[in-house]
Amino acid sequence: MFDNLSNRLDGIVKRLRGKGRLTEADVDEIMKEIRAALLEADVNVTVVRSVCNRIREHAIGATRSQALDPGQQVVKAVNDELVRILGGETLTVQYASKPPTVILMAGLQGSGKTTATGKLALWFKSQGRQPLLVGADLQRPAAVEQLRTLGRQVDVPVYSDPEDPILTAYEGVEEAKRLGRDVVIVDTAGRLSIDAEMMEQVRLISGAVSPDYTFLVIDAMTGQDAVQTAEAFHETLQIDGVILSKLDGDARGGAALSVKEVIGRPIAFASTGEKLDAFEQFHPDRMASRILGM
Amino acid sequence: LGRGAITDETWDDLEEALLRADVGLGVADGLLEPLKERVKAKEITEPSDLLAALQADMIARLADADREVHFDESLEPGQPNVWLFVGVNGVGKTTTIGKVARQQTEAGRTLLLAAGDTFRAAAAEQLGTWAERSNTEFVRGTEGGDPSSVIFDGIERAASKQIDLVLADTAGRLHTKTNLMEELKKVRRVAEKGAGTVTETLLVIDATTGQNGLAQARQFSEATNVTGVVLTKLDGSAKGGIVFAVETELGIPVKLVGVGEQVNDLIPFDPDEFVNALFDTGTDG
Ligand SMILES: Nc1nc2c(ncn2[C@@H]2O[C@H](COP(=O)(O)OP(=O)(O)OP(=O)(O)O)[C@@H](O)[C@H]2O)c(=O)[nH]1
Ligand SMILES: Nc1nc2c(ncn2[C@@H]2O[C@H](COP(=O)(O)OP(=O)(O)OP(=O)(O)O)[C@@H](O)[C@H]2O)c(=O)[nH]1
Ligand SMILES: [K+]
Ligand SMILES: [Mg+2]
Ligand SMILES: [Mg+2]
Repeated sequence: MFDNLSNRLDGIVKRLRGKGRLTEADVDEIMKEIRAALLEADVNVTVVRSVCNRIREHAIGATRSQALDPGQQVVKAVNDELVRILGGETLTVQYASKPPTVILMAGLQGSGKTTATGKLALWFKSQGRQPLLVGADLQRPAAVEQLRTLGRQVDVPVYSDPEDPILTAYEGVEEAKRLGRDVVIVDTAGRLSIDAEMMEQVRLISGAVSPDYTFLVIDAMTGQDAVQTAEAFHETLQIDGVILSKLDGDARGGAALSVKEVIGRPIAFASTGEKLDAFEQFHPDRMASRILGM
Repeated sequence: LGRGAITDETWDDLEEALLRADVGLGVADGLLEPLKERVKAKEITEPSDLLAALQADMIARLADADREVHFDESLEPGQPNVWLFVGVNGVGKTTTIGKVARQQTEAGRTLLLAAGDTFRAAAAEQLGTWAERSNTEFVRGTEGGDPSSVIFDGIERAASKQIDLVLADTAGRLHTKTNLMEELKKVRRVAEKGAGTVTETLLVIDATTGQNGLAQARQFSEATNVTGVVLTKLDGSAKGGIVFAVETELGIPVKLVGVGEQVNDLIPFDPDEFVNALFDTGTDG
């Protein structure tokens, strides 16, 4: 459908070659292609603007160099900039000195929270921990049943009480203490960031369990809305990290860049399939290449 | 966009509004180019008129689509209509079926829901709850079983009970997974092997979807001959602009819109409202 950034820039640079010095207008043309590539990858418009301003500086330097392939150099400059934004500190989980370590999952409807809850349980088990899952989504039909099924699949107990999500979350942590489980992962209902009542509910859930980590689950296919959603969840819950889901498709995943840029929290995990072991810690360099379509 | 001259900034603002709504760069520029000619010709001189002209153009491009969700009345009792729901993971297929079931029941039709998602944890229980809510027949298979046979069985049951309409759920799948798309082709084929006729294949697209929505629509159409789009989650902050691209580039009409998680939160697609809402600026900017 669209070429990757490498091909696009190569085309331009070939035309420009032999012209000697590049003019401002030449760089403008290069920046136009970079902007298009980022927008097609669903990077947020505002983020594209600031990223492009920074890349512009690099691009000028790269195109003026005498290297054989200035196109590749520009691509490298773009790539480095994206990795820089995506990267930074990678999240290493610090376990609570007084167990259990509590994890809260939040996000829009259908983003992949419940699946990621099961996946995290498996991941924590691989780290030698003994998690307990808490089903605090009492809204979606059969949400708790879904979590119980996942719990059985990874052989981890699940706590839930049909009465009330805030109480369930609180009691879930108490249950973990009783059972001597050292990690608690609380699954919550999907909610819209503009739904004041539901955002208040998740704020109260958070208050009831005092999470050590709050993860925002974001679908890799998300478009421009990712920023607004992430900002609102961050404001209500103070997000510690992002779990990027459904990366096994062909979406470029520009949402990752946008969200990282606006809330300044790392992408902690990448979810890459429906099976529970399709889950890994996040690699900024792979993501940068993906956004650029390479 | 108020009064004054139309400047470069005016064009940038319009493009940005379209991009923020996920309409996509190519489509956005395709909409703005012809307007530039009209501005050059002094046909349009005010920024506010320019916005109005853009909206009118967009509405015009959505004007001729057939948005009816087809039910073939000419089929005999014992020959159920089948509406198939497809789409990527988590977009709202199962929930939309629950809502459609209520609407169709209220319209006086008898229904059966077939749980063709045998893969995802508790998918059948979820659909079963919706079947109870609208008091419709419900057929499920064994976990991990063949989805085609569940849907086939559902259609046979509906035929034997002279039920009018079968709503068939399918597991969410990414359009890039060849084996799962093959499975879906088989579902589509097998659904017409018995007494049933597939009169709608509805692709569900989540309003938060970005540019990937076009690839979804292409691939699902190729596999199942999609007849319409259901745009879900339009009650959120996302505008769903990618379906404008899907309809105008691929010719697949948007038929229904999901505006919440409750049983009545499903409405017909209204191009005027949709286009106007694309330009409602939020706080983000
Ligand atoms: N292909 C793929 N599918 C995924 C991935 N993660 C989740 N899913 C699927 O996405 C759909 C939604 O996942 P859930 O875990 O139910 O999402 P949720 O956020 O809990 O949904 P709600 O509770 O309704 O808000 C399911 O079909 C999952 O199997 C992933 O990484 N890749
Ligand atoms: N706000 C809102 N939420 C919706 C809408 N439609 C569906 N949802 C929610 O989105 C989530 C996913 O819906 P499902 O119906 O399970 O989606 P699905 O496509 O069947 O998912 P899979 O079968 O896992 O692929 C649920 O939490 C629904 O309640 C809508 O129009 N608005
Ligand atoms: K989604
Ligand atoms: Mg869930
Ligand atoms: Mg479903």
